[in-house]
Amino acid sequence: MIATSPFIIGLTVFVLAVFVGYYVVWKVTPALHSPLMAVTNAVSSVIIVGAILAAGSAQDLTTQLFGGLAVFMASINIFGGFMVTRRMLDMFQAKK
Amino acid sequence: MQDKKEPKLDQHPLPVGNPMMAFIYTYLYDKKFAFGGLFLATCIWFFFLTDTPQSVVHDPNLTALLYLGAGTLFILALQGLSSAKTSMQGLKYGMWGMGIAVVMTLFSPVVTSYGWILAGIIGGGFVGTVIAKKIQMTALPQLVAGFHSLVGLAAVFVAAAALREPAAFGIGQVGSIAMGSLVEMGLGVAIGAITFTGSLVAFAKLQGLVSGNPLTFPGQHLLNALLGVTLVGLLILFAGSESHTLFWALTALSFLLGFLLILPIGGADMPVVISMLNSYSGWAAAGIGFTLGNSLLIITGALVGASGAILSYIMCKGMNRSIFNIILGGFGGDVAGPAAAGAKEQRPFKAGSAEDAGFIMKNAQSVIIVPGYGMAVAQAQHALREMADILKKEGVNVRYAIHPVAGRMPGHMNVLLAEANVPYDDVLELEDINRDFGVTDVAFVIGANDVTNPAAKTDTTSPIYGMPILDVDKAKTVIFVKRSMSPGYAGVDNELFYRDNTLMLFGDAKKVCEEVIKALEE
Repeated sequence: MIATSPFIIGLTVFVLAVFVGYYVVWKVTPALHSPLMAVTNAVSSVIIVGAILAAGSAQDLTTQLFGGLAVFMASINIFGGFMVTRRMLDMFQAKK
Repeated sequence: MQDKKEPKLDQHPLPVGNPMMAFIYTYLYDKKFAFGGLFLATCIWFFFLTDTPQSVVHDPNLTALLYLGAGTLFILALQGLSSAKTSMQGLKYGMWGMGIAVVMTLFSPVVTSYGWILAGIIGGGFVGTVIAKKIQMTALPQLVAGFHSLVGLAAVFVAAAALREPAAFGIGQVGSIAMGSLVEMGLGVAIGAITFTGSLVAFAKLQGLVSGNPLTFPGQHLLNALLGVTLVGLLILFAGSESHTLFWALTALSFLLGFLLILPIGGADMPVVISMLNSYSGWAAAGIGFTLGNSLLIITGALVGASGAILSYIMCKGMNRSIFNIILGGFGGDVAGPAAAGAKEQRPFKAGSAEDAGFIMKNAQSVIIVPGYGMAVAQAQHALREMADILKKEGVNVRYAIHPVAGRMPGHMNVLLAEANVPYDDVLELEDINRDFGVTDVAFVIGANDVTNPAAKTDTTSPIYGMPILDVDKAKTVIFVKRSMSPGYAGVDNELFYRDNTLMLFGDAKKVCEEVIKALEE
């Protein structure tokens, strides 16, 4: 028996996730579309996972530097994206 | 009386006679419990299924499981945005997801040195926090564009690192990376690079560093098409050779293409551009996810990609234009509509004073405010809300109507009004309020123009024909707050300006609001 290629498994996950994203995002209320963009931006910085692997495990200095820079940029996004989303959502909370 | 005793169907949609079923059902029904379950499963794994505590953090299955948890938390974060009430909880889910992903990766056995990582996280965290705290809400679109560019560039760096040291990611050795991984790497780096320079241009346009006008030159589309074809060719050659030179050529070309793609797109099309780049940054993350065989990156990239694509679609629909039409750009510069082509004839219009406007609105029963980009530029949202508060005290029914493409990014107006403490329920979307203009006394249009132009319905030669508009022309009186008589972004004259029941208020949106407030208070 031939094992399924990792690409096919990845593709399966990808296609299903696109569908999940499609249905979830259509439910987002139009008033919150700006926070949606900010939070998806923060979340897409999960690419930091790859950056950490490069910065923390590479042997070569240039590669480490690439990884470190990527960690830096992704961190700006993660902190900045979540914080600004929070600021926006705070404004939408019902005031007493 | 009978009603009260009936079981609430939404709480128990399933028959729960069996206590076991009831138990399982209750736990699966509530997301919090579902996560508790996941956590419990992890603990069981930790204590019973692994030999030693040391081996647990090295267990790829555990890592994959927690990545799945993080991906699910991200989905819940987006789901939370379906209403303002649940949105904060959603945000927390998102933060937890990110925290889990980062911590798990830090514990990965291949990570041996932490200097670069800590420096990056602390430095980036500091910069990001400061920016997010300081940024003005009117500058939100350029902030988001700037953030997108960082995701793109991070993707480029990660792809380059993976090419230089594939062993660090467990995808083979230098010179023998699988062709599939190279294709994914090439795609990831190309999309990432296009996102980077494209977002930079969008940022510069929104920030006013370069002209918001579309910049076009002859042969532009041909050049872009040629670059696109070359890009695909390079990608194929790179995948076949694993050549580092080709990788960097691919990156450089993608940088150039991203730049050229966004340059010709005009300022008012920015809602589409930002949404599109949002989508790209997701696809880039997914591409890198495929390269590294990381399901969390694939899931997240797909979510973000889908989200950006949907927003682009909504924005395009709001302008009745196809995505290709916008990407090909040049809109607004060379419109051959009758208004732009003909010599400008002077038509009579009624210019009013703040006192007139105040008087009319005070004596109205209902007012609908239509804000646009001009309100954002003038930072008029606070003054506007104050004005509305006074009117409300006078017993006027005041509401706000938001066109989908008002402002420079999706939902821009809603955030600005929320910032000024406008109650959430007073702000309505186009399809929810459009019918009410017919029974409204005053439509107060502030800093908006094209989204109210009846030409979109009547004039088939108009460049904005077919665009959904807010029917302010149906209100008894229309008040336009504008800086001058100049036509809107689309270069189309608005015949509403010349109607008998229209009052023009010239001036900066914020100053006009303040003057109206003064007039109302007298």
